[in-house]
Parts: sequence; structure tokens; C-alpha cells
Amino acid sequence: MPGLNFELGSYSELFMLLAAGTYTVAFIAFAWDLAKSSATLRAIDERAARQQGKATVTVAAKQLVGAGAPAAPSSGTGSASGTTAVTADSSMRYSGERRAPARVAVALTILAALIHGAGVISRGFAAGRVPWGNMYEFLTTGAWLVAVVFLLVLLRRDLRFVGTFVMALVIIMLVAASVAFWTPVGHLVPALQSYWLVIHVSIAVLSSALFTLTFSMSVLQLLQSRREGQLALGRDDKLMFMRLVPDALSLENFSYRINTIAFVGWTFTLMFGAIWAEKAWGRFWGWDTKEVWTFVIWVVYAGYLHARATRGWTGTRAAWLSIVGYLCVVFNFTIVNQYFNGLHSYSGL
Amino acid sequence: MTETVKKPKRGRKPEGASSSRQDVAVPALGPIGMLRWAWTQLTSMRTALLLLLLLAVAAVPGSLFPQRPANPAVVTQYLKDHADYGPWLDKLQLFDVYSSYWFSAIYLLLFISLIGCIIPRARAHWKALRTAPPRTPRRISRLPQYGTLVIPAAQGATASSALADAAAVLKGRRYRVDTRDTDGERPHLGAEVGYVREIGNLVFHTSLVGVLVSVAIGGLFGYSGQRTLVEGETFVNTLVGYDQFSPGTDFQSAWLSPYSVQLDKFDVRYDRESVKQFGQPIDFNASVTTKDSPDAPAQKQTLKVNDPLEIGGTGLYLVGNGYAPVITVRDGKGNVALQGPVPAIPTDAVYTSTMVIKVPDAQPDQLGFVGFFLPAAQLNDAGIAYSADPDPLKPQLNLNSYYGDLGLNSGSPQNVYNLDVKNLKQLNGRDLPAKGIVLDAGQTYKLPDGKGSITFDGLKRFIAIDIRHNPGQVPALIFALVAVGGLVISLYTGRRRAWVRTGTAEDGRVMVEYGLLARGEDHGLARETARIRKALQERWGLDGPAGGSTAGTPADNG
Ligand code: HEM
Repeated sequence: MPGLNFELGSYSELFMLLAAGTYTVAFIAFAWDLAKSSATLRAIDERAARQQGKATVTVAAKQLVGAGAPAAPSSGTGSASGTTAVTADSSMRYSGERRAPARVAVALTILAALIHGAGVISRGFAAGRVPWGNMYEFLTTGAWLVAVVFLLVLLRRDLRFVGTFVMALVIIMLVAASVAFWTPVGHLVPALQSYWLVIHVSIAVLSSALFTLTFSMSVLQLLQSRREGQLALGRDDKLMFMRLVPDALSLENFSYRINTIAFVGWTFTLMFGAIWAEKAWGRFWGWDTKEVWTFVIWVVYAGYLHARATRGWTGTRAAWLSIVGYLCVVFNFTIVNQYFNGLHSYSGL
Repeated sequence: MTETVKKPKRGRKPEGASSSRQDVAVPALGPIGMLRWAWTQLTSMRTALLLLLLLAVAAVPGSLFPQRPANPAVVTQYLKDHADYGPWLDKLQLFDVYSSYWFSAIYLLLFISLIGCIIPRARAHWKALRTAPPRTPRRISRLPQYGTLVIPAAQGATASSALADAAAVLKGRRYRVDTRDTDGERPHLGAEVGYVREIGNLVFHTSLVGVLVSVAIGGLFGYSGQRTLVEGETFVNTLVGYDQFSPGTDFQSAWLSPYSVQLDKFDVRYDRESVKQFGQPIDFNASVTTKDSPDAPAQKQTLKVNDPLEIGGTGLYLVGNGYAPVITVRDGKGNVALQGPVPAIPTDAVYTSTMVIKVPDAQPDQLGFVGFFLPAAQLNDAGIAYSADPDPLKPQLNLNSYYGDLGLNSGSPQNVYNLDVKNLKQLNGRDLPAKGIVLDAGQTYKLPDGKGSITFDGLKRFIAIDIRHNPGQVPALIFALVAVGGLVISLYTGRRRAWVRTGTAEDGRVMVEYGLLARGEDHGLARETARIRKALQERWGLDGPAGGSTAGTPADNG
């Protein structure tokens, strides 16, 4: 067992703080981007008005139909009325529109993730093991994975509209880690000394990171679908910034795709957890509190997958299931780890 | 999304069939009709969903209340502490959630629903596997993915040769292809790929049944037991060797293979490096000598946390440890009434341990001791001893003593870690003139009134091991792995149908139209369509935008 390197450990904590600060600036930039959206969108609308009947209008029209809003593509000059339900591209591909604040925000996120990564890795070296052995480490590593997964998805899809959301969650995780769960560099208790820690927990944290993304998208989906309903009734657009967000259906479909990956990941989490439990305690399933909640989460997301294939349960209801599933993930991580007694009492506190 | 809305039809052919019958039977459903109706309801997708959600909710109370199988003592304590509503909770089986009637009812219903779902779907799919892809829709252009290609007249292609080409392309992409009207004016074909998606789904759901059955087998034919083992002691795998034994429903003691395990030495290392976790254990290491049978050669092995011993078809798991002070008790007549290590139960991270010593052989009165063992004794400001460290830096016993009738002869079972003082008189204690007994290693204390003496000879460690045999374990793992395989296949393969229709124009050009439809969630349909188009273009030497005339939603919006 390699020794502990406390100096490196304190550097790691410094990196974490720096990363949290940088994420905060990125958060502001993402928020600025959303706030500026009406201005940006007005620009689009005006240009659309100028080149009447061109591609932009067709796209808008298609989405109007998709959103169930009154289809009036021929008017083409929806700028003043503001009845255009959605402007963002529903394929979530990057469009030509330059959004300077969003670019700054992404650049800052990359910088923050690099610093954060240095923090996570130096923590691992300081402790001479994988950096996920207690609550502090689950949170810091988990937050890093959320940021990295977000950036990886950004490579292929324009998900910058969830940026504020994701940044907020990452910052909350880092702050919670440093304030409520801070633990200095230390060795692992024997119960955690197993290669299953590497496998089981890394997959759990990765799946949770994916669930974090889909949670954000499901919340936006609910907002968007409400807004679409309001617009369809001819009401005013109270959530102008939501025009940067794709329509509810695209959000649902895309978060479904991510959720399937996360669900497979969670299935592995459950299975590997069971295998580890067998190695450590001699039984692969004993309804320990942590096992109960891992199971509950699995079943809720299985319900979500079913809902997507059940008439009357797609859309809003499925989104709620995805949100409930994520709340269970959070509950499992915070309350269960800390306040419920069980064999898994290794929060490091 | 259209496909999602249509989907519930899938695999529920029986429902469709019975619903037409239902229409007829509505006036008088009758008992058979009722049953049929109930069955249809139970095996519907909506019921499956509700049962799943119900299962999730029903599992929660098991984490809120202590559970008997895991913590019987905590449940007893809980019932004592909450005498008002505790018994009510008990009636509702909230301390045995996972074997309760209501929890069992939910999962059994779910699995019945599951089986009722799998069988008709498997049958339907078996049929689908052996029938041709469905007939070509009259208007292919209505399909979610649609496109056209034109082969110039110069190529000399005909409608039927173009269709043959399209069939070859689709076959190359592993579609099952059925060409129709090949010699007609407008030949067409239907094709389908990804039958394995439904197979994956069926395998997944079937494997869940397999997991459940494996768990049940484990409960029937498995067994488990506990034993504490002090350094130097040997555990022999016979019923009397166990401190506690819980057989499965169908256990027979002849299944126990007579191996033995002797604990030679138990080493613990504590963290001396970090500040906050100072004194936390970082290594437990039990050196043991095992024999597969009484006559087998001895083998040296190590047993560690996360690293069980496999022997005689069972697993041995290191689940606990503590100190066992070695004690000698002499009775009032001066005879040695007890000699040996007595395991003390650790209560905290510094191994402050509770001790109970019963000396039934003491004459003329039986003796009993209760108190603490402290590995590193120190006095706090109030003059009370506590342990400052888990390592045995200054081992000390702090005991009260009793004499009288230990009540061991009454025949009722007794907990060795509990001294029943009902019929005992106290000799030593904080409030008595003789005060409590404080013994450092090597010291002897003479009991008041010539009742005898107690000596703290030395210190050993003990380990607690679980011994388990679960024949359901391996099948459960295999079914789980197969389930994941099925899950991945069913989530990530697309089941797609494609249709192509060709025709020759008057000027000799051959017009080709094609369309695709997905069954189930499929975000890759647009990409697939583009690939097919590209393959066709290459075959006919056409060029043009890859996804050119594909109608429908913006590409690949997932
Ligand atoms: C033990 C309870 C069950 C669990 C844990 C479960 C879990 C799942 C999961 C994870 C999926 C998505 C993966 C896939 O497509 O293969 C799924 C799909 C599906 N399940 Fe279940 N299921 C259960 C019971 C049932 C029952 C009782 C039915 C029949 C009513 C059913 C019918 C289906 C169908 C039709 C799909 C395909 C949906 C699609 O195409 O996306 N399941 N199930």
C-alpha cells in the first residue's frame, strides 16, 4: 500500500476550488447566453423576414407543426408576433448562428474541466489509489464526469442550452464536496480494498453523470411542453429564453437515448455490486439499504423505458419518471449514504 | 414518434384477437370471459408499468424500518422502543418487507404478467421469423423515410433489373427480402432486418424469470452460518461447529462436508499516516490452516475481507473481528473454574468492547462478570476509563462481578453475550464498597467474601466468519449476464422495414422509390436510409447529394 502524499492532496484541493470558480464563470456565461437569446433570436427573425420563404421559414414551420402550434408558415414574418414556438434546431446540430457568450461559456467549461481533471487525478496519486473511496471523492470525481460527458456530447450535438443547468449541478456537487463532505487524503478501509471498487463505483458514477444530463433535459422538456401548450392556445410567450431550447419531442427523444445508455450502466452497477457483495459478505443480495435504493432506481428507470413504449405514458409522464429516477439517485447518494445504517457505511465521515 | 404510438400493438396479438371476441361477449361476460378479461388486463403493457412502479414503491419501506433477516436484534429493540405503534407495523410486515405478503404479491403478479407477455410475443415472433416481410404499402411516400432515384435510360436498366439490384443491396445489408410482381409493370419488394431486436427483448425478459428462479433455488437449497474463531481455535464444518446456523427450506445436514479451518494468527494494521482517519483499520489478515477432510493434508491459506476462502462447496467470509482476553477464574474453593479466551464484542472504532464472562462451573456459587475491555486504557477528566486507540497499547478489563445462579440449567436458550442478573447478587461495582474490578494484563483480582479470583492472563484476537453455500448464485449470475446481453441487443439494434418499388418511364429511365419504417425506438433510421441510398447510387453509378430527396423529419433527430 503506497504512502499518502499530503502535499499533493492539498494541491488537489486547490485545483478543485479553482475549477469550481471557473465553472461559476462558465455558468454566468451560459446564463448570459440564455438572457441574450431574445436579442439573438430577434436577429434571426429579422433575417428570416428579409429572405422570406427561404429555408429558415420551412424549418420553423415544421417545428410549429411538431409543437402543435397553429401552423402559419406562409406569414413568414413571425418576428413581431413572437408566436414562433421554437427556434433552436430540433436535431440539436450546430447551426450557423454565432453565439459569442455560448462559445465563451464552452471554452471556460473546457478550462474548468481540465483544472478539475488535474484535481481528480492528483487526488488519486496523493492517495495512491482510485479517487473514489468516500463521499468527497464520489462527488468531486462524479462532478468531473458530468462536465466531461457534457463536453463530449457537445462535440456532436449542440446542447449548450442545458449549460446553465449542468454547470449549476456541477458547482453544487463541488461545493457540497468541499463544505459538507470534505475528507483529507486517506487509505481505504479493508471493505473497500477490492478491484470491484474500481469497476462498480466507476460505472455507478458514470451512469449517475448521464442521469444528471437527462434529468436536466427532462426538466427542460417539461418547461418546453408547457410553453408549447400555452403558445398553442395563443397565449404570450413567458419563457422567451426557451426559444434556444429544442422542442419537447426532440428533448424527449434525445434524453431517451442517453437514458438507455445510463440504464445499461446502472444494470451493470447493480450486477457488479451484487458480485462484490458476494465477495465481501458472502451473499449477493441482502436488501441492505444501499441495495434497496440501487434496486429502486433500476426499477424506476425500467418503468421509464416501459413508459416510452406505452400508449399515454410517453412525453410528460415519461419525463416525470426520468426526474423521479434522478431524485432517487440523489437520495441514494446523500440521505442513504449518511443517515441510513447499513453495511455500506463508508461515507468517510 | 408514430412508431412509438403504434408499438403497444406489438406482441399483443392475443389481445387484439380477444378484443374482437369481447365485443361479441359484452352483454354477458361469464366466468370464462371474466378470466380472459383479467388475463388481458394483467398482461397489458400498462399493467406491467404500474406493477413495476408499485414494486419500486413497495421496496422503499424496507430501507426505512429495520429488517428481521438482517438485524433481528434491532427489530426487537425497535419494538421495545415503540410499544405503541411498533406491533402495528409488525402486523403490516414492515419488518419483513421482502418476504411480506404484499411485496410477494406484487412481484409474483409482475412475473406472471411477464410470462403472460413473453409467451404470446415469442409465439408471434416465431411466426414472424418464418413469414415474408409485410406487403408493400400503396403509397411508399407516406413512410417516415422516403426517397427516389432515377436511373438514366443510357444504362439500359429495366424495372425488374433495378429491383433485383435493390434486393441485392438490401440482402447485402442483411435484410430479409421478398420481391413481388417482378415481371409486372411496377415490381416491388418488402424487406425487413433486425429480428434480433425482439429476440433480445424476449431473452432479456425471460432471463429475469431465470434470475428469480435462481434466487428461489438458493433459498431452498442453500444454507449459512456464523462462527467466531479465536486464534488457535479450529472450526469443523459440522452442525455443532456453528455458533448460529440458518438452513434453507430443504437443507439436509448430510450436505456439510467435514472440512476444518484453524485460525493461526490474525493481524490488523491501522492507519498511522493520516490525521482524520488515524487509527482506522487498513488491513485485516487471517492466517489459517485448512484441511478438506480430517485426513487430508493441511494447507496454509489467508483469509481477508473481499477475499473469501472457497472450501468444501462453501465460501468462508471474514465479516468481523475483535479481542479475546485470556482469563482464568478460580472459584471459592480455589479450583480453576474457567480458563481461556473470552471474545469481547467491539462497540466502536477504538475497540471499546463489551465483555460477559459466565463461570457455571464455579463452586459453591456460580460466578458472572460484565464490563468492558479497553485495548488502550486511559482515564478521562471524570476518572472514567476509555480506550484511546484500537491497538493493544494498554489492555485493561473493567468489570463488575456477580454470584448466584446463572440460570443456565433452566434449559431455555441464552445469549452468551448477555448476563441475566435476575437471580444473581452483585459483588463488585462502582457503587459497592468493593468497587469495580480493574485489571491490567497479567494482574489478578481477589473477589470479595472469598468467592474466588480472576486473572487477566493475556490477549488474543478473534474473527467472526460467515460460512455460506448458495447453489442459486452461479445460475443467477449467468441469467443476469444473458439478460444484459439481451437488453443491449434490444436497445441498440433497429428493427426496420424497407420497401422499394420500381417502374420504367416512357423515355426509358427507371424510376426507383424506396421507403423505410422503424418498429420501436430507432434513432438510426435516417442514417440507415442514407446508407441504402448511397449503396444504390454506387450500384447504378449515380451521383448526387447523399440524403438528397429524403423526406420526413430533419435527419436523425433521435
Ligand atoms: C420484471 C419486470 C420487468 C422488467 C424489469 C422489465 C424491464 C424492461 C426493460 C429494461 C425494457 C427495455 C429494454 C428492452 O427493450 O428490452 C423493457 C422493454 C419491454 N418490456 Fe419489459 N420489463 C418487465 C416486465 C414486462 C412485462 C410484464 C411486459 C408485458 C406486459 C413487458 C413488456 C415489454 C415490452 C413490450 C418492451 C419493449 C419496449 C420497447 O420496444 O422499447 N415487460 N422491459
